[in-house]
Amino acid sequence: MTTLARAPELPTVPPRTTLTKPRRDWNGWKFVWPFALVFVLTFITPLAYALWLSLFQNKMVGGNQFVGLDNYVFALQDPQFWEGFGRVLLFLVVQVPIMLGLALLAALAIDSARLYATGFYRIVIFLPYAVPAVVAVLMWGFMYGDNFGLAAGINEWLGSEVIRPFAPSWVLISIGNIVTWQFVGYNMVIFYSALKTIPTDLYEAAEIDGARGWQVIRAIKLPGIRGAIVVATIFSIIGSFQLFNEPSVLQPLASNVITGSFTPNMYAYSLSFAGQQYNYSATVAIVMGVITAVIAYVVQLRGSRKEVR
Amino acid sequence: MTTKHRTINPRARRAGSRSRARRRNPLLAPRKSLALTIVTATFLVYALLPIAWLLINATKTQPDLLSTFGLSFGSSFALGDNIAATLAYDDGIFLRWLGNTLLYVLAGAGGATLLATLGGYGLAKYRFPGRGAYFAVVLGAIAVPGTALAVPTFLLFSQLGLTNTPWAIIIPSLVSPFGLYLIWAYTVESVPTEVLEAARLDGAGELRTFFSISIRLLTPGIVTVALFAIVATWNNYFLPLIMLSDPQWYPLTIGLNQWNAQAQGVGAEPIFNLVITGSLLTIVPIVAIFLFMQRFWQSGLGAGSVKQ
Repeated sequence: MTTLARAPELPTVPPRTTLTKPRRDWNGWKFVWPFALVFVLTFITPLAYALWLSLFQNKMVGGNQFVGLDNYVFALQDPQFWEGFGRVLLFLVVQVPIMLGLALLAALAIDSARLYATGFYRIVIFLPYAVPAVVAVLMWGFMYGDNFGLAAGINEWLGSEVIRPFAPSWVLISIGNIVTWQFVGYNMVIFYSALKTIPTDLYEAAEIDGARGWQVIRAIKLPGIRGAIVVATIFSIIGSFQLFNEPSVLQPLASNVITGSFTPNMYAYSLSFAGQQYNYSATVAIVMGVITAVIAYVVQLRGSRKEVR
Repeated sequence: MTTKHRTINPRARRAGSRSRARRRNPLLAPRKSLALTIVTATFLVYALLPIAWLLINATKTQPDLLSTFGLSFGSSFALGDNIAATLAYDDGIFLRWLGNTLLYVLAGAGGATLLATLGGYGLAKYRFPGRGAYFAVVLGAIAVPGTALAVPTFLLFSQLGLTNTPWAIIIPSLVSPFGLYLIWAYTVESVPTEVLEAARLDGAGELRTFFSISIRLLTPGIVTVALFAIVATWNNYFLPLIMLSDPQWYPLTIGLNQWNAQAQGVGAEPIFNLVITGSLLTIVPIVAIFLFMQRFWQSGLGAGSVKQ
């Protein structure tokens, strides 16, 4: 009956039978050292290196010089950086709620047990997640295109240029559609998995109380998956701020609209690989990383606070 | 949050009571709705539209691509010719890219799954010096945008002489903080400490206990992590884009994008039919793996998504 001694939050501690203080147990390191080793090499070291780089400037005269926080001061006043930042922020505010809303609707529909062929729905809606971003963008890019795309076909049929996916005012919507297509199913699965873990007793109580339809969704299902919604929101925020693949692959098709500083990540990339400005590129990456981490943290705090209430 | 965890733990028993309840509670076993099925089918159309477009257009010749409507077939059925041309183009570079992709997936995703499993398990079942800091740093890393690290990683690797080699793709793929987190959550839920205690009393070493007992209990979690790692490495774009300049080491994603870029600019030599057929050939294996493994990831993902 050692199970009784196991506190729910501390299932990690092996029950100790002796009263003396246990000796330090290094056994865990047998398991965690390989991950730690690669983690240090691919996370900690590059991060430290980026911080180091961001404090220097490669000048025409004098070579590599320590400049303190000059790069950061410059980044905070850099219109190209802020323009890209504003773009991903707009993208985040519009695309993420639409995508998560659709994912939630799909998850609720599948969880309602009122669909025919539920399993088929679940798999097919999740399927786009398995398609590589490059292929997804190529497919949509072709479909958007005015050469042999669907957009061209529809415009021809309508007799006017109604759909112009690569026009300046359209291109963010076009990218948003591709991202939504790729990730609705992924978020749907996160929500659906959480819905399945809601205790049945709650539904039984609701049935006795005579709750129906939307009442059950509002009173039981949505509060029950709040944790999953917070997690999905955080991942989507991180994804939006990192936006790179979709605009980068679309760039050849809309080169006059999608510039090298279209998103902060593309900016950091072009600074490095087109401009050789490694120090400033590292600075932009760090500023963006800090902003992302802070916003993710705030969402996490808000999410858990509401959960307590 | 703690109260929520407690209610989640007895998974098996609850599933049983739910299926019993489904029979009598109209909230759990409602009548099927044709209307809802049809409305929800909008999602199916949306998800399948580009894939249908790809399938249809992979059967067209390049002139047909340019002259016929996107969602109708062309005047000839050239799928076989297109596949043969894709595989033969540029001395069969497509097959080389496929081989590279397989190498990156096997080594990268395989290694990532192994490291995440060992690490998540170690964190869940052992108290060791430095555990708190370890956990905090790895969880913090989930929020660090991966691409923020890409440029410094590239500079670091180029100083080590690793760029333009497979190591530049494999080594960064080995670390999956989210995978470690999923295994941690799954271990807490499904590997009872008493079982490990019993094995220890029998004199089994820690690693032997893990490989003979725990790993079986963790299988659904491991498959889930493997699936996400496979998708992530198969679909990887940013990392190989910055690390590789030699087409001999390209994975499929970079190669396809390069083919597509041939259509632009001066002296353009568009091979749209090859890009489309190549895209189709790229998604077929990953979709097959996905469908094959789908019955496993269901249970594995549940653990991670509810425990934040």
